[in-house]
Amino acid sequence: MNAPTRHPEVQSRELSYAEAIREAMGLALARDERVILMGEDIGVYGGAFQVTGDLVERFGPDRVRDTPISELGGAGVAVGAALTGLRPIFEFQFSDFATLAMEQIVNQAAKMRYMLGGEASVPVVFRMPSGSGTGAAAQHSQSFEAWFGHVPGLKVVQPSTPEDAKGLLLAALEDPDPVVIFEHKLLYKMKGHVPEGWYTTPIGKAAVRRTGRDLTIVASAIMVHRALAAAETLAAEGIDVEVIDLRSVRPIDRETIIASVRKTGRLICVYEGVRTLGVGAEISAMIAESDAFDYLDAPILRLGGAEAPIPYNPDLEKAAVPQTPDIETAARRLVRKEV
Amino acid sequence: MAKDDNTPFAIRNYEAETLRKALRKMYLIRFFEEGAEDSYMRGLIHGTMHLSIGQEASAVASCLSLTDEDKITSTHRGHGHCIGKGAEVGRMFAEFFGKEEGYCHGRGGSMHIADVTKGNLGANGIVGGGIPIAVGAALTAKQLGTGAVTVCFFGDGANNEGAFHEALNMATVWQLPVVFVCENNKYGMSTSTERSTAVKNISERAAAYRMPGRTVDGNDFSAVAEAVSEAVDRARRGEGPSLVENLTYRWRGHSKSDRNRYRTKEEIDAWIARDPILRFRDELMAHGIIDVDAAEGIEAAARQEVEEGIAFAKGGTAPSVTEVTRYVHAEARP
Ligand SMILES: Cc1ncc(C[n+]2csc(CCOP(=O)(O)OP(=O)(O)O)c2C)c(N)n1
Ligand SMILES: [Mg+2]
Repeated sequence: MNAPTRHPEVQSRELSYAEAIREAMGLALARDERVILMGEDIGVYGGAFQVTGDLVERFGPDRVRDTPISELGGAGVAVGAALTGLRPIFEFQFSDFATLAMEQIVNQAAKMRYMLGGEASVPVVFRMPSGSGTGAAAQHSQSFEAWFGHVPGLKVVQPSTPEDAKGLLLAALEDPDPVVIFEHKLLYKMKGHVPEGWYTTPIGKAAVRRTGRDLTIVASAIMVHRALAAAETLAAEGIDVEVIDLRSVRPIDRETIIASVRKTGRLICVYEGVRTLGVGAEISAMIAESDAFDYLDAPILRLGGAEAPIPYNPDLEKAAVPQTPDIETAARRLVRKEV
Repeated sequence: MAKDDNTPFAIRNYEAETLRKALRKMYLIRFFEEGAEDSYMRGLIHGTMHLSIGQEASAVASCLSLTDEDKITSTHRGHGHCIGKGAEVGRMFAEFFGKEEGYCHGRGGSMHIADVTKGNLGANGIVGGGIPIAVGAALTAKQLGTGAVTVCFFGDGANNEGAFHEALNMATVWQLPVVFVCENNKYGMSTSTERSTAVKNISERAAAYRMPGRTVDGNDFSAVAEAVSEAVDRARRGEGPSLVENLTYRWRGHSKSDRNRYRTKEEIDAWIARDPILRFRDELMAHGIIDVDAAEGIEAAARQEVEEGIAFAKGGTAPSVTEVTRYVHAEARP
């Protein structure tokens, strides 16, 4: 994958997505004593997905703090601590459980600066393991990017590579406002080059992962990898696909997407959240409202999650979210004017 | 209370046949979970599961005085509650195998098994998620005068969710027929109650909601049966909710991803020595309810039922992938 933010002067090595996030948290804990981690079983257990790992051994239980099973209270404590000088990184065990903490995230953290006329700052980071594909069924597999993206005051990012997982987390920490990070569970073990040391990946910038002439695919998280795989197959058939990794749902990188659609004249949005009222609707509307609309050679297509909870049965589970062949089929139909 | 005072409560108060069935259910839970674990290890089923091996007395004894009209709400660690409330292991395995014959037609998996026809309102993937729902079921019973009682199972970890506190308060304020059964197995995942909970015993929480609270040995079938059935009787008489805390232990890790780094082998072994099934079996033998042959017969029958259940599940039907959105809403009736 051709990552756009290469830092040639910096050493980089292979790390997994989970290791990259852990490295970012370790750097932050070492550099700034105001940084604390909070969450359920992030200490000796190492986190439900082993992301915090050994950090409790390095920084102790006061800075890597296990909470009781109290999402609303725990998230709220993180908000209060952020408001008064700490830099908490709060881990939800699954993004699904953030529904128990919506009050503190949506009513409090997101609006505090605004409601107080700019006089307060809530620099809190919420980490959310997200997405389907693990057989954990309806209450452990959801994709809530669009929910949180709908709330002014929040920033919402979705790293798709180890490099960005680290860079976006450090950017979130440096941000004076609340940031929600959706980490895709199926990516935790994925390896990739990760620069050493402190660097940030800018929030609000998409990344062009593959350039192409015939069609733009805007995808996020695991869907970036499915789109890239589809692009390979399609290239062999003479369809040249540009793949944009959205990276940030709020704010959305208008420039990059609009420029790409102007060039290719075709757009497919691929995302795991439920298709209706999702991220793809926003991107489609953005194109419809821009001058890129004049360049369209075909209707815009959205591939998103089924209008259903995520089922347990593995075949149903796969059928509930876009897969690589679905992307290929959609691209062929679009380019061959079958829609 | 006919027999002398040293006779355990369950033996004094329940028919021999009921007690034999209870022992059989405890074995069924054990073998069901061993079978599920084995199928998982061999890659026959996916996802994760939370085993309750070691907690069988709590599940079965808490359901002992319930009828099919009575309700339960359960948890992520719910296979025992399911079997305690009368579920068939074949349909439970079918759910694990993702088959149409499963209790949720393959849509739910381990964490969502339910059997609404038998009053089992379902396991739950959300810690504490079932607690207000139990109170809602009790509200229905009171409002409609059905006489049904709801037993609400939850873990020690769940007592720190806001839903627990809100629900217990309403249960008392509205004097609802619900029994809160906390299965305190010392840990919520890796976090011990000492590190997570402000009170020593979860039953102390009852005082804040003006209901009786009791802590019992959750591996002692009779002790659980006594505490819960008294609370169920009280609820049925319209005297409101109670909280019973069963002290117990899960022998296995929290789920399939647990490295057991937060507890010692000595602790685990000490609890395995207090096997609730063997204790109940020995108690039944000591009081002449069963002899060695009968005990072995019950165990063998449970084993066989589990074998048959797995075979039934393997032979089940896979759901059609065109039906991903089926059951999202009620289907139009012809
Ligand atoms: C709201 C919510 N938070 C966290 C989890 C993840 N989780 C599942 S089970 C569990 C531990 C529950 O502990 P306890 O209530 O004591 O039940 P036990 O597992 O010991 O039976 C946790 C943290 C969840 N499923 N739901
Ligand atoms: Mg527990």
